[in-house]
Amino acid sequence: MTVPAPSQVELERRLYRRQRGRRSIAVSVVSTLVVVAVVWIGVVNTPGWAAVQQSFFDPRTAVESFPDILLGLWLNIRILFFASIGVAVLGTLLAVVRGLRSPVFFPLRMLATGYTDLFRGLPLIIVLYLVGFGLPGLGVFPRQPPEVWGTIAIVLTYSSYIAEVLRAGMEAVHPSQRLAARSLGLSHAKTLRLVVLPQAIRKVTPALMNDFVSMQKDVGLVSILGAVDAVRSAQIAQAETYNFTPYLVAGLLFVVISLPLIRITDAIARRQQQREQIGGTV
Amino acid sequence: MSEPARTGSGEAGASRASRPEDGLEALGASPTPAPVLELRGVRKTFGEHEVLRCIDLAVHRHEVICVIGASGSGKSTLLKTVNLLEGIDDGEILLQGTDIADPRTDVDGVRGRIGVVFQQFNLFPHMRVLDNVTLASRQVHGVPRAEAEATARRLLERIGLGDFADAYPDRLSGGQQQRVAIVRAIASDPELLLLDEVTSALDPMLVGEVLDLVTELKRQGSTILMTTHEMHFARNVADRIVFLHRGEVVEQGPPAAVLDAPTHPALVAFLARVHA
Repeated sequence: MTVPAPSQVELERRLYRRQRGRRSIAVSVVSTLVVVAVVWIGVVNTPGWAAVQQSFFDPRTAVESFPDILLGLWLNIRILFFASIGVAVLGTLLAVVRGLRSPVFFPLRMLATGYTDLFRGLPLIIVLYLVGFGLPGLGVFPRQPPEVWGTIAIVLTYSSYIAEVLRAGMEAVHPSQRLAARSLGLSHAKTLRLVVLPQAIRKVTPALMNDFVSMQKDVGLVSILGAVDAVRSAQIAQAETYNFTPYLVAGLLFVVISLPLIRITDAIARRQQQREQIGGTV
Repeated sequence: MSEPARTGSGEAGASRASRPEDGLEALGASPTPAPVLELRGVRKTFGEHEVLRCIDLAVHRHEVICVIGASGSGKSTLLKTVNLLEGIDDGEILLQGTDIADPRTDVDGVRGRIGVVFQQFNLFPHMRVLDNVTLASRQVHGVPRAEAEATARRLLERIGLGDFADAYPDRLSGGQQQRVAIVRAIASDPELLLLDEVTSALDPMLVGEVLDLVTELKRQGSTILMTTHEMHFARNVADRIVFLHRGEVVEQGPPAAVLDAPTHPALVAFLARVHA
């Protein structure tokens, strides 16, 4: 099973490809460095740079505020965890209900449609106010810390987005797949669960992850309800030091926690694609 | 071939019940009195268009019936109505004597008793070949996974695809995928197998391997109702050929009779085109 040695023509082609590859890398490295340098020099030479550097990039404040902000971030992560579960469950439910075709389910379908229309249109910050201050005000729910209300508000808003994404995915699964599943004797529910949804989720994974990353940062908005999360901790630190660096620290932390997820999703999507469509991808 | 085995469309319904078993049923097996599947006066319309007009057809145990006809003659619709994927507008569909066209029928239960293979294979791309084959056994018939997988592996082994059990369907050629689809349909031991133009989407080189598998199923005693354009195959394997023309069974009988001595002008024209 030895592969025959490449011909002279092929060797020459490979050499050419390698040269082209090296040239492309060199060009992109140089152009990136030039852009960064230009931006850097431009910013540093603005008239107010010294003051901005002082109030946004102060290393001492950054180090001092870091532990509290990190502690706050832990709350964000916990909220994110529970919100994700809530969004997954409610979003799937809504998507499935909106996909029901029988006229019997008309009222249910209308309800789901109304729900997604409402919460996709409503700014999250208003939902947060309504849920965080309105619902406890009714006096019928037991007292809850603000982060619980914040989580509920995020679930309400994001489940409507996710429902739409999932519904699009379910519609993208070819009808013949349902046909095949039903003809095997699978019930409607099992067809959805075992055949349609798994394929739908694969199709919309990038969109789902996009919404997830978006949710990851919107979790920081629970601070307006008074929950001491990363953003709130930064605000407290800012009030003590009159320096905005803590905000920058919190912002960077949000970026850092989202990075691995973005990379992991990319990898998962790539692997699934490779596994299910070997060859023939352009 | 014997003339009484064939019926024109006019006298269809009434004479069917008393019609003697044809051709290969006489191989020694005692003829089963009740057909596995019986269609009585089945009608189906799509809007103004009458797709099936008064179809009468019986499929007996161990019989292989090939439905032939031009596209648009209602062949596929006929198979879909049997599997309740398409409702009917009149008539009865009896599966082992029970009318399954009745709205009170347990639809999923009926489908679990009938195996279907489609033209486009329709394997589930997100499941391994093995999971495709065992899905119905596990999820519909409640067979434990280990047992279902053992059966599936044995079946796959028998058709020479044992090595692909853990692969995903995209790794397989069209012919291999269609054979897996057939195995998926027979894995839970259906009483009736419906094959809807199972070779039409295949490369001519791959048609043979699929038809060989169907022939093998016939040898093992499966009851098969299939639509096909493979006249050569129909001639060699079918116990009975049914010619459908504009939603009606205009001629049926043993292959030799139908293919070599057609009487209905539509069948004569059809056979002239496919040069059977």
